[in-house]
Amino acid sequence: MSKVTEIFERNRKSGESTLIGYFPAGFPTFEESLEACVAMCEAGVDILELGVPYSDPVMDGPVIQEATEVALSNGFRLVRIFELVSAISKRVATPILVMTYWNPVLQYGVRKFAEDLKKSGGVGLITPDLIVDEASTWLEVSDELDLDRVFLATPSSAQNRVDRTAEVSKGFVYAVSTMGITGAREDLDRKAREVVSKVRTASGSQNVAVGIGISTADQVHEVNSYADGAIVGSVFVRAYASGGITELKRVTKELSGK
Amino acid sequence: MANSRNLRDQQGPYFGEFGGRFVPESLIAALDQLETTYRTAQKDPDFQAELAELHRTYTGRPSILTEVKRFSSHAGGARIILKREDLNHTGSHKINNVLGQALLTKRMGKTRIIAETGAGQHGVASATAAALFGLECVVYMGEVDTKRQALNVARMELLGAKVIPVKTGSRTLKDAINEALRDWVTNVDNTHYLLGTVAGPHPFPEMVRDFHSVIGKEARAQMLQEFGALPTALAACVGGGSNAIGLFHAFLDDEDVQIYGFEAAGDGMDTPRHAATLNFGKPGVLHGARSYMLQDEDGQTIESHSISAGLDYPGVGPEHSWLKDIGRAQYRGISDSEAMDALRLLSRTEGIIPAIETAHALAGALKLGRELGPDSSILVNLSGRGDKDMETAARYFGLLDAHE
Ligand SMILES: Cc1ncc(COP(=O)(O)O)c(C=O)c1O
Repeated sequence: MSKVTEIFERNRKSGESTLIGYFPAGFPTFEESLEACVAMCEAGVDILELGVPYSDPVMDGPVIQEATEVALSNGFRLVRIFELVSAISKRVATPILVMTYWNPVLQYGVRKFAEDLKKSGGVGLITPDLIVDEASTWLEVSDELDLDRVFLATPSSAQNRVDRTAEVSKGFVYAVSTMGITGAREDLDRKAREVVSKVRTASGSQNVAVGIGISTADQVHEVNSYADGAIVGSVFVRAYASGGITELKRVTKELSGK
Repeated sequence: MANSRNLRDQQGPYFGEFGGRFVPESLIAALDQLETTYRTAQKDPDFQAELAELHRTYTGRPSILTEVKRFSSHAGGARIILKREDLNHTGSHKINNVLGQALLTKRMGKTRIIAETGAGQHGVASATAAALFGLECVVYMGEVDTKRQALNVARMELLGAKVIPVKTGSRTLKDAINEALRDWVTNVDNTHYLLGTVAGPHPFPEMVRDFHSVIGKEARAQMLQEFGALPTALAACVGGGSNAIGLFHAFLDDEDVQIYGFEAAGDGMDTPRHAATLNFGKPGVLHGARSYMLQDEDGQTIESHSISAGLDYPGVGPEHSWLKDIGRAQYRGISDSEAMDALRLLSRTEGIIPAIETAHALAGALKLGRELGPDSSILVNLSGRGDKDMETAARYFGLLDAHE
């Protein structure tokens, strides 16, 4: 069983929420992002989602865009992602998934990227702009190396697509619910529940985590009442940008309830 | 590629190893809906008739051919013939695609269109169609481009569109596409992304090509009728590649017709400041498709440079990548100064002021003519008129200073 799956099982048994926390690698610098990630893990993040800074991040909102721009302008290079994963793994036991747009992986070489990730202690990839239909090489390589692969499901995804996504994802399915004009909270929540139920229909055993601009402890708790985990990103970046490690720790503790 | 007789029949999602749909899952339902709607429309005589009628009574099609003899005398005596897409309503080829997609938007029951624009021509065409069909229209435009194409910003606003200056990244076309994609992910329920070139995820490259293929279809028939022969060579400028593929497509299986695309070489092919994606790029994934693109070792997109906002793009449509790799078309670079010289030359010899984008094709044709010799004929896609570029041109040639 993958480390990520174990976490979901453990929290399910103990009745605790699962919090998946995103932080951009190299923001604002390599060393500072290392300290920030360790702090998040120590303060209660169950799974770390480490973002690879990319020049054209079409899935990200302004806060994360700006942070990754800072990381790149401070000279972040792709090879250092493995160094960072390895450095974090030495200090905390939290499983690390790398979140990356597809082109950096393609240019590095899908197999080589996967091998280096494995060597550094990373457990898999979240790929926001890679749909299952285009992922044949990655499916093959991740099977071989036993890495997690997290694909996205959305409210607009037809059930047969969600079926396939739930079948091939490993670790969990990432339910995104960012549709509808920055809609009311309730509306987003309704849509998130729809995606989660599609994943449940597709598979009785696949875990599903929701990322919908979650920003409060109540929301983390609520999402965990119908999904297996809540994914939080911008809030951590904003916390770090405004108050450094101290603020990041405080916000993480608040959201994780630990 | 064994049989070159069927190049014209190539359909998406893949052109050889290029194309595909490298987008967030959030957009797949919209792309599927678009493809289904398009496939139905393609076979629907009513749709085809409605589009043809719009082109006849609104766009002003067919566009004419103009032979430019005084200009040709600078091209080693080769005959140069222009396909006058600059005479279309709104001043460029962009309207061909926009009207097609606007009709599809109505069929999908969507009420809002968004568009990216570099030179502003696609934005103007989109704003025009939105006015014509009563759609809400938002245009994303890099902040740098809103300045160098200020006239087109005013046109779009007058037409009732909202222009949003994009302040991320290089603040040009690439970043305008990123913002349009973000908007689409958020508002996909009521919004159609009216993409303005043959890039992006399937079905855009194939669909936008088909809407522009009227250029080559008309031109091929006009060449046979008016000149009694097909041209020796075709020349078009390549940004994303829509006007180029529009001209090329009808000729892909005419083996004797040579095909040349001209990319922006900016400061020059021997400098790093260019937008010559097919010459210097490597295959990668940008804006939803696998294609050549300008990128560094890490797969980060490299900013392009060109005096022409419409060619200032580090990507290119996947069908061009394929045509390059199979050797059916050749792609060359034209520098800023070569393009500006050609712009002035056409203006002074023929009384036609072309867009700076288009001037790259003209400069390319001048060089080609000298290579191919006096017995050759070159059909150039005159993709747009130069009104929007007057400020850049006036500054470049020092015309403003002289009167100040
Ligand atoms: C007149 C004109 N020609 C060419 C282009 C380049 O686009 P494409 O390569 O898609 O034809 C533009 C784009 O703005 C344009 O306005």
